[in-house]
Amino acid sequence: MSAIEYQAPSFKLEDLWTDRRWRAIFVQILALAGLFAFLAYIVNNTINNLQTLGIETGYGFLNDPSSYDISQTLIDYDSRSTHGRATIVGILNTGLIALCGIITATLLGFTVGVLRLSGNWLISRMMYCYVEFTRNVPLLLQILLWYALVVHSLPRPKNALEPLSGIFLSNRGLVLPGPEFGSGSWIIFIALAVAVAGAIAFRRYAKRIQETTGKIYPVISISLSIIVVLPLLAYFAAGQPVSLNWPALSGFNFKGGLTLRPEFLALWFALTIYTASFISEIVRAGIQSVSHGQTEASYALGIRPNWTMRLVILPQALRVILPPLISQYLNLTKNSSLAIAVGYMDIVATIGGISLNQTGRALESMSIVLAIYLTFSLSISMVMNWYNKRVALVER
Amino acid sequence: MSEAAAHVMPQSQTDQVAVQMVGVHKWYGEFHVLKDINLSVDAGERIVICGPSGSGKSTLIRCINRLEEHQRGQIVVDGVELTNDVRKIDSVRREVGMVFQHFNLFPHLTVLENCTLAPIWVKKTPKVEAEEIAMTYLARVKIPEQATKFPGQLSGGQQQRVAIARSLCMNPKIMLFDEPTSALDPEMISEVLDVMVGLAESGMTMLCVTHEMGFARKVANRVIFMDGGEIIEQNNPEEFFNNPQSDRTKLFLSQILHN
Ligand SMILES: Nc1ncnc2c1ncn2[C@@H]1O[C@H](COP(=O)(O)OP(=O)(O)O)[C@@H](O)[C@H]1O
Ligand SMILES: [Mg+2]
Repeated sequence: MSAIEYQAPSFKLEDLWTDRRWRAIFVQILALAGLFAFLAYIVNNTINNLQTLGIETGYGFLNDPSSYDISQTLIDYDSRSTHGRATIVGILNTGLIALCGIITATLLGFTVGVLRLSGNWLISRMMYCYVEFTRNVPLLLQILLWYALVVHSLPRPKNALEPLSGIFLSNRGLVLPGPEFGSGSWIIFIALAVAVAGAIAFRRYAKRIQETTGKIYPVISISLSIIVVLPLLAYFAAGQPVSLNWPALSGFNFKGGLTLRPEFLALWFALTIYTASFISEIVRAGIQSVSHGQTEASYALGIRPNWTMRLVILPQALRVILPPLISQYLNLTKNSSLAIAVGYMDIVATIGGISLNQTGRALESMSIVLAIYLTFSLSISMVMNWYNKRVALVER
Repeated sequence: MSEAAAHVMPQSQTDQVAVQMVGVHKWYGEFHVLKDINLSVDAGERIVICGPSGSGKSTLIRCINRLEEHQRGQIVVDGVELTNDVRKIDSVRREVGMVFQHFNLFPHLTVLENCTLAPIWVKKTPKVEAEEIAMTYLARVKIPEQATKFPGQLSGGQQQRVAIARSLCMNPKIMLFDEPTSALDPEMISEVLDVMVGLAESGMTMLCVTHEMGFARKVANRVIFMDGGEIIEQNNPEEFFNNPQSDRTKLFLSQILHN
């Protein structure tokens, strides 16, 4: 008997479709080649068609004046600005609504999710009704409903509701006192940055102290105090450079202050309330997925209920919550394109709407909109997936 | 190190009462699950509780650390009466360790972190010290080399030994076991029982719900038989197994000893 020798794997042509490993690679190469051929055909065809029709292509139109107005802008903009600048206004408006929506939907969603598990029958029933109602009514309808409520049910500016002094709610939107930064305000921002750095340093310090002496500081409340107190001190030290710009009624509308327009409010409310109902279900399922035995084991060790939630339940629930939560963030961002229904000037309404109609550059405009949504979505995915990896469990 | 050593010392004050239950009743809705339980356990005693499934054994020991609430009667643990006062519940839970049938280790933490979580957050022990204590107990249950692994990477027997070590890290005066070997494959039962025997020999006050009669004969100084929410009979193991008094006990013993 001769010793068994290692045989180098030999390759025969038929392995391409009989051998499991070769077949997988072969099929993928075929698919990729097909995709490229298809894309090349489409692009080539389109360019040819446009040329025979005598339609110009290219992104040069972005430098032409847009000659339309946008009601809510985060940067300076008027009708003499370019289509490019209108695009940036749209990007910022989409970003603003997505960011505001994600923050409030997360807060509301987690609260409702935890409350639905509460032992209080009335509260959990109410939350159940809220969830069932909002997630079963089309979002577009909800946006229009909120918009109609703001525009038609709220009083005119002259009789505006004033829930807190200086805050006005009318059919022109929500008007808040806005900050006005005088000279020397930069000191406050420096102080804020220092305070955040200080809070992070304190967190580290508290962790080290706990590891060496066992003493536990109330890290969250101390960090928050640092972040509040330091800028406040700077504010007084710099001679109170920031003043509040109080809105005041002048004629038919308010002057001064910070205005959240009806279309923004309607979109924000609707996106928040709609998405939060989905998030609350995700949170509830996540917490329920952690077995009751975990809570009992933690209690039996003498760990109190709120610490049990923080140290034992939530870390385990999060790994179930995160992947669907990412989808909800992406949904919210994409759903914000319904803004066009109430005339909120987001990316779809600016470059994908008016600019497109005025210049006729459909392919170019849509490619920009597409690229921007992809960028938003992929960035959210990347951040959340990175976080998801950090909390993943090790199993056998 | 000193904390671990304390357990090895045989406890001399056996006259001290560890758990006292007087006229305890409990209902789940309409269902009367515990009926007039009277039980006194001295410090250093090793009690084995047995009885048919659904007889209320788990409920009884879960009342001792207030995982379940009793509705009538009095439960005093190490001098503290259990009421709705959260401070009393906290202090009792610190003194009483518990091992569950399904281990209930925290899957998101390593073995070592499982053992140090409560000492760090409840007793405010410095991390280094908590880790030293944890390693002593992990060595005592014979798995110090698994300290950096996650529970999901261990066998059932190893997980249950970690669960015992995790409880011991809080340096409890009383240990409760709820069928600690029932979920284990047969070949792993003895490794867990060995650890429990060692614990009994060190003088720990123990209440064990188990059907391991060999263990009961070896370490228990009292065996309690429950049926239908009542304590039917209790005696030392010798008398309990050789000379059972009630018919229900005889029937139960014949059932579990013959298969
Ligand atoms: N949370 C509960 N709600 C209602 N009934 C329960 C609950 N827990 C246990 N029971 C019932 O109480 C009885 C005693 O349960 P248990 O103490 O777990 O018995 P054992 O541990 O002896 O098997 C069983 O009939 C069981 O069905
Ligand atoms: Mg049981």
